[in-house]
Amino acid sequence: MLYREAGQFKTSYASDQAVFPILQDRVGILIILVIAFIGIPVTGNDFLINAVMIPFLIFSLAAIGLNLLTGYTGLLSLGTGAFMGVGAYACYKLTTVFPDVNIIIWVIVSGFFSAAVGAVFGLPSLRIKGFYLAIATLAAQFFLEWCFIRIPWLYNYNVSAAIEVPQRELFGIIITGPRASAQTRYLIVLTIVVAMTWMASNIVHGRIGRMWMAIRDMDIAAELMGIRLLPTKLLAFAVSSFYCGVAGAMLVFLWYGGAESTVFSINESFTILFMIIIGGLGSLLGSFLGAALIYILPIILRFVPPQLGLPLHAATVEHMTFMITGALIVFFLIAEPAGLARLWQIGKQKLRVWPFPY
Amino acid sequence: MRATGGPEAAVGDVLLSVENVSLSFGGVKAVSDVSFDIRKGEIRAIIGPNGAGKTSMLNVINGFYHPQHGRITFKGETRARMRPHEAAYGGIARTFQNVALFRGMTALDNIMAGRTLKMHTSFFWQLFRYGPAMREEVDHRHRVEEIIDFLKIQEIRRVPVGRLPYGLQKRVELGRALAMEPELLLLDEPMAGMNLEEKEDMSRFVLDVNDHYGTTIALIEHDMGVVMDLSDRVVVLDHGIKIADGTPDEVKRNQAVIDAYLGVAH
Repeated sequence: MLYREAGQFKTSYASDQAVFPILQDRVGILIILVIAFIGIPVTGNDFLINAVMIPFLIFSLAAIGLNLLTGYTGLLSLGTGAFMGVGAYACYKLTTVFPDVNIIIWVIVSGFFSAAVGAVFGLPSLRIKGFYLAIATLAAQFFLEWCFIRIPWLYNYNVSAAIEVPQRELFGIIITGPRASAQTRYLIVLTIVVAMTWMASNIVHGRIGRMWMAIRDMDIAAELMGIRLLPTKLLAFAVSSFYCGVAGAMLVFLWYGGAESTVFSINESFTILFMIIIGGLGSLLGSFLGAALIYILPIILRFVPPQLGLPLHAATVEHMTFMITGALIVFFLIAEPAGLARLWQIGKQKLRVWPFPY
Repeated sequence: MRATGGPEAAVGDVLLSVENVSLSFGGVKAVSDVSFDIRKGEIRAIIGPNGAGKTSMLNVINGFYHPQHGRITFKGETRARMRPHEAAYGGIARTFQNVALFRGMTALDNIMAGRTLKMHTSFFWQLFRYGPAMREEVDHRHRVEEIIDFLKIQEIRRVPVGRLPYGLQKRVELGRALAMEPELLLLDEPMAGMNLEEKEDMSRFVLDVNDHYGTTIALIEHDMGVVMDLSDRVVVLDHGIKIADGTPDEVKRNQAVIDAYLGVAH
């Protein structure tokens, strides 16, 4: 088989500590990146890019953010939607107050606002864990949602109470607003998501990732080993919220083009939470797989009946989609409660020892 | 009695002294008015029947419990209250009665996590896993590999510890504590639930740690054979009160100890 690591000897700890120690994995990642950066923008149609790939990438980034907190640090949060909202509203305020600064910088900077808010709402995590912490973050969700509605300053006193994305350019190319092409927006989203995923992978493979996982697995032992719980947990909240904030800003500025507070409701939080549970807690790959299953699968299902020539009513298809997606989620969770990422791991292991069972 | 060293080797400066420590939870007195010291380089056993307050004593030493009365002097510094992470920075490491490993992580990552307090590269470099961050990672990997070789757990490096058998988990936990390069190592029942062979292995590791790294060790153990063979000095607790303190031979002959273990005729 092609997937074999035999003969790939590590002669230094540096190469053994690499994120992808196996050559085939590195090649695989490279191929995926080439397809994503060149293949899809060149060959893909507007629908694929605008309705599938852009939201998939944005939700993946938000899922990574939540996964850093819930999957790696073991802190359950239901405030993801609100933290995404903080990013979006911060970006809107920043770009309307300082229109001359490049929008991409503001998208990233808005993450810091979200990180600060997240760290504040992470304070209860020192005392409470599990479901109780989830309820505490629920307070963040409701409070911030209330702010998005009741503080008109946040949406510049718009009559519609919505934020509308103004047109912004980068090197003379329109990148936000209604006239920006899907390809441009896709490439920007992809670049940001790839860069931030790479950084997330660096964090979780290093000292900070080990500190987070130590707290997740056994906080008492972690504390007795010199890991200070509060700063480490707050760092997890801040980094996680940063990711969610950037995802939220991109959601509005590079996809929707405008948004109301309802976009960042509790439903959004649950959707992202489902993505990481199905994809795999504590796995970056799982964040992508979960986002794909929850977001892309319904789109695909919607297109199957017309392709097969089944004369189904649009509403019926819609209902069927919900049912099939739900059934598949249940199926995957029963097949592998640890998520799709674990299925992938098992598959790789099988491939590695093929044709023998072990 | 230990074959090597003997009583002379145990005579070092006092590393840690516990003076008149009392700890109670509500009305329950876990430890009352206990004093003893641990000298540099020795293996000090804390024994006693169930519920004698041995684990509470360890928890007091590494700052997890705060005693209501008494003082603890570690490396010449007296303290009333200390947070666990401060104890860790001071050089106190510890293993647990029920293995407290990070179950989702590999053996290697567990021991690497033990190096956390020695690692200092900033968040910025961690983001890129490059330059100082990568150099630090590799440096510490070298130290961790030394420990892995020392404990002979090379082949389970990449195994998530949740899947390891109990004896190996205990060994990984010892490795994680050693990774902190502690001056004082607290072992809470390192041989609990092991068979004879595993106990012999673990005893050998404890002696080797003491010899090779010069680490001072305080251990709680129920197996009297192990205690008598390993330790330089023994302190005996019963119902939170110190009833004996001395070399294994002295303790063995102490009437109060015999009574505590065998019961007294009424």
